[in-house]
Amino acid sequence: MNTATTATRIEMLAPGEERRSSTFDVEAVRADFPALAQQVHGHPLAYLDNAASSQKPIQVIDAIAHFDAHDYANVHRGVHALSQRATDAFEGAREKVRGFLNAEQAKEIVFVRGTTEAINLVAHGYGRSRVQFGDEVIVSAMEHHSNIVPWQLLCQERGATLRVLPMNERGEVRLEELEGMLGPRTRLVAVVHVSNALGTVNPVADIVRIAHAHGVPVLLDGAQAVAHGPVDVRALDCDFYAFSGHKLFGPSGIGALYGKAEWLKSMAPYQGGGEMIAAVTFEKSFYKDIPYRFEAGTPNITGAVGLGAAIDYMAGLDFAAVAAHEDDLLRYATERVGAIEKVRLIGTASEKISVLSFVVEGIRSHDIGTILDRCGVAVRVGHHCAQPVMQFYRVPATARASFAFYNTRAEVDALVDALHEAIEVFR
Amino acid sequence: MNDDLRDLYQEIIVDHSKRPRNFHALEQGRSVEGFNPLCGDRLTLYVDLETGIVKDVAFEGSGCAISTASASVMTEAIKGRPIDDVRALFRRFHALVTTGEDPGDGEDLGKLAAFGGVCEFPSRVKCATLAWHTLEAALAGNVEKVSTE
Repeated sequence: MNTATTATRIEMLAPGEERRSSTFDVEAVRADFPALAQQVHGHPLAYLDNAASSQKPIQVIDAIAHFDAHDYANVHRGVHALSQRATDAFEGAREKVRGFLNAEQAKEIVFVRGTTEAINLVAHGYGRSRVQFGDEVIVSAMEHHSNIVPWQLLCQERGATLRVLPMNERGEVRLEELEGMLGPRTRLVAVVHVSNALGTVNPVADIVRIAHAHGVPVLLDGAQAVAHGPVDVRALDCDFYAFSGHKLFGPSGIGALYGKAEWLKSMAPYQGGGEMIAAVTFEKSFYKDIPYRFEAGTPNITGAVGLGAAIDYMAGLDFAAVAAHEDDLLRYATERVGAIEKVRLIGTASEKISVLSFVVEGIRSHDIGTILDRCGVAVRVGHHCAQPVMQFYRVPATARASFAFYNTRAEVDALVDALHEAIEVFR
Repeated sequence: MNDDLRDLYQEIIVDHSKRPRNFHALEQGRSVEGFNPLCGDRLTLYVDLETGIVKDVAFEGSGCAISTASASVMTEAIKGRPIDDVRALFRRFHALVTTGEDPGDGEDLGKLAAFGGVCEFPSRVKCATLAWHTLEAALAGNVEKVSTE
């Protein structure tokens, strides 16, 4: 998450010239991602929609196929060999997630469908037992809908208040206001680690420290953060951390919630069913210990294995080199796209990562998206499930290019050329 | 430029998106709001009906080039025409933007034919038909908000 490199390097390289790094070979990495090597509408694909979902390396695709072909069975139930192998692979994946987040114990990792389910799980299990009439939950002004709506539902049900930590015009939270918002009725602070719409990297360690000084736990939405390097939940000291596999070069339909053991143990079950119980009678059920208490029903077994493979893949990367490469891409894209007449960049935080959101005067983002697509450039257009952010900037929608470590300066150039094409259409 | 793109963003469409016609409110008649939550296209359609005829029609709002141009061309195409003709025109327009074919065997579609390129862009069909769906609700006397989702 280091965003500090020199801006001068941009002027030293001509468009299309790839930055050479002694430790990061982007072409070698690209060779691992079969989806990247294709033509779209007669152009080489420039996949710049990684904040929506990332592509999978062949190692993940192979791990999934191998597991399904050889080891697949239900987990935690059977006495037969395949069930044992599947259980080992599934629990092995949990251990990989633990290592990736540097959590203390594997039982602090709950497998879920994704970030959205993780947040809903906390809103249900933590929120419904601790948030009462008159209490308050704090979110930031740049949250994804998935970190707004579960809290809104909870607050409506309980007669609690959802409060919003504001941000400035650059898209940075006004950290200095947090202190004054925290009070005896504050039950939770839920904040995004990296904004999906703006790319802002929030000062989450500071947020946790300030909230904890008031005895308030903190949930971090890590959906956009994890693709850029491992996260240390113990160093951050956050109480909950949520992320999705499909933004981490793994499969969709699988994600993880980290929760400190003492919180998870105190929380009511989220869904009832098989797998999560120790004993059931018609009078009463006894629940398993964490994390199984929160994993009712047969889980996404293959998805967990795929997520584990994605984490293994990440572990093989040099993160200092990845950060430098991604930072170079963002700076280069900011410079080149920002220089286009009529372009307004949305989100210019000083701590920013891999997202370039923008509007073009006189052209709606959906027209931009369509024209870019025909030039082989995949971006997201729309409100990015962050309508309050759009309202803040008084725009109906933006176009968003979002980068992963496998993207190149040549793809940024393709984006810039396609934007000129769009402007030409509407000249 | 790519041929599909040239078919989609024809001169008529770009022109109407930048300078929409009948782009104002009406004091007479009824108004219905149309909304495409996916891309934020939003328009208010004003229709003044008199003895089965669209006496006047206008719109306001903000949307992508396709939805704005479609609303603009639609108002020109239907003004002064009987409601039955207008409904038949919507059926032909809908077929055109989804299949690229005009099933009508009678009169020329005129400027509406410019939207024939939309069928190559399935994600944009809703943009092209937002104004028409809103119109349909207005003709049915339905003054609720129309949403494409």
